[in-house]
Amino acid sequence: MRYEGTQLSFDLGHGGVVEVRLHREPCNEIGLVMLGELERVAEAAHAPGVRAMVITSAVKRGFCAGADLRELHRENASRASEPVEARVREVRGFLDRIHAAFDAIDAAPITTIAAVHGVCFGGGFELALTCDLIVADKSARFCFPELRLGLIPGFGGIPRLERDVGNAVIRDLLLTGRSLGAARAQEIGLVSQLVAPGEHLSVAHRVAEQACRFDAATTKVAKAFLKPIPKERLAREKDVFCELFAGPVVAKALARFDADTSAMPYLPAKQDSA
Amino acid sequence: MSTANDVLPRLMTLAAERFGKRSSELRPADDLFDALGIDSVEAMSLVTALEERFGIEIPDYEVQDVRTFEELATVIARRV
Repeated sequence: MRYEGTQLSFDLGHGGVVEVRLHREPCNEIGLVMLGELERVAEAAHAPGVRAMVITSAVKRGFCAGADLRELHRENASRASEPVEARVREVRGFLDRIHAAFDAIDAAPITTIAAVHGVCFGGGFELALTCDLIVADKSARFCFPELRLGLIPGFGGIPRLERDVGNAVIRDLLLTGRSLGAARAQEIGLVSQLVAPGEHLSVAHRVAEQACRFDAATTKVAKAFLKPIPKERLAREKDVFCELFAGPVVAKALARFDADTSAMPYLPAKQDSA
Repeated sequence: MSTANDVLPRLMTLAAERFGKRSSELRPADDLFDALGIDSVEAMSLVTALEERFGIEIPDYEVQDVRTFEELATVIARRV
């Protein structure tokens, strides 16, 4: 099994471990093309002969900066004359597809590992949360910046975070928009292993190879028991995202993001709170 | 409890090493983005390195408006 996409690639190595490499500059932003290629990853996670999957980034800046907000802004702006319902329908279609792909990765009957460095923000954080384990190098930082845009995470991140960590942490991340370093992320249970810079991929592979030594059918049953997907919460998250998207804040916030050159563009600028 | 003056030399040495500058080139009042020639992602990596070096957590909203080494040292000193 081998796939060479324009924004990601994967192949099946010895022992049944698929390595997925995201390679879209500058930081693996998830737009329509990346979505189509992630759907291939979701299929691969259920393919015969696959025993484990490692998802990593070949891009220097980090794992994934999240949704392609500039593409979303351009698309939204180009359809500004259309009724808001039409634009929301378009966004909901995108969310339906990304939820289907992420749910499939999440529920794959194999062990999945996100090997993370650098930026792991928004939709990228949500992708990492679909995996069973996160192996992070010390440069990794995790963040949900969506409130800055007048939105909440929409790729299933909130229910998955609720599955993994306490609500106080979730409120802190979402309502302040701040990022967490890898060490803090390990303390709260998000990161299973914290490793030296540049070691995350090799450690992830060693973890995957260890997981492959178990009986595949047992892993499948254990996985189904360990990772039920909270479907009602996932559906509700999509609804809330779409309700917010239809409101007055998002288009302006996307335009502001598009033009932003500030040091920390994922945090709300002072004028945002005015 | 540390003061900003205690923290500043260690902070500037770490920043210089990390971004290939000589610490003698840097001044406390310098704009750290300009002095180090870094962007927002590299600034995040500096925050991560400082968290590790000082054994603290630095919420990024506390450094959001920081521009100079001495302002950053003040933020760190509050948490060391």
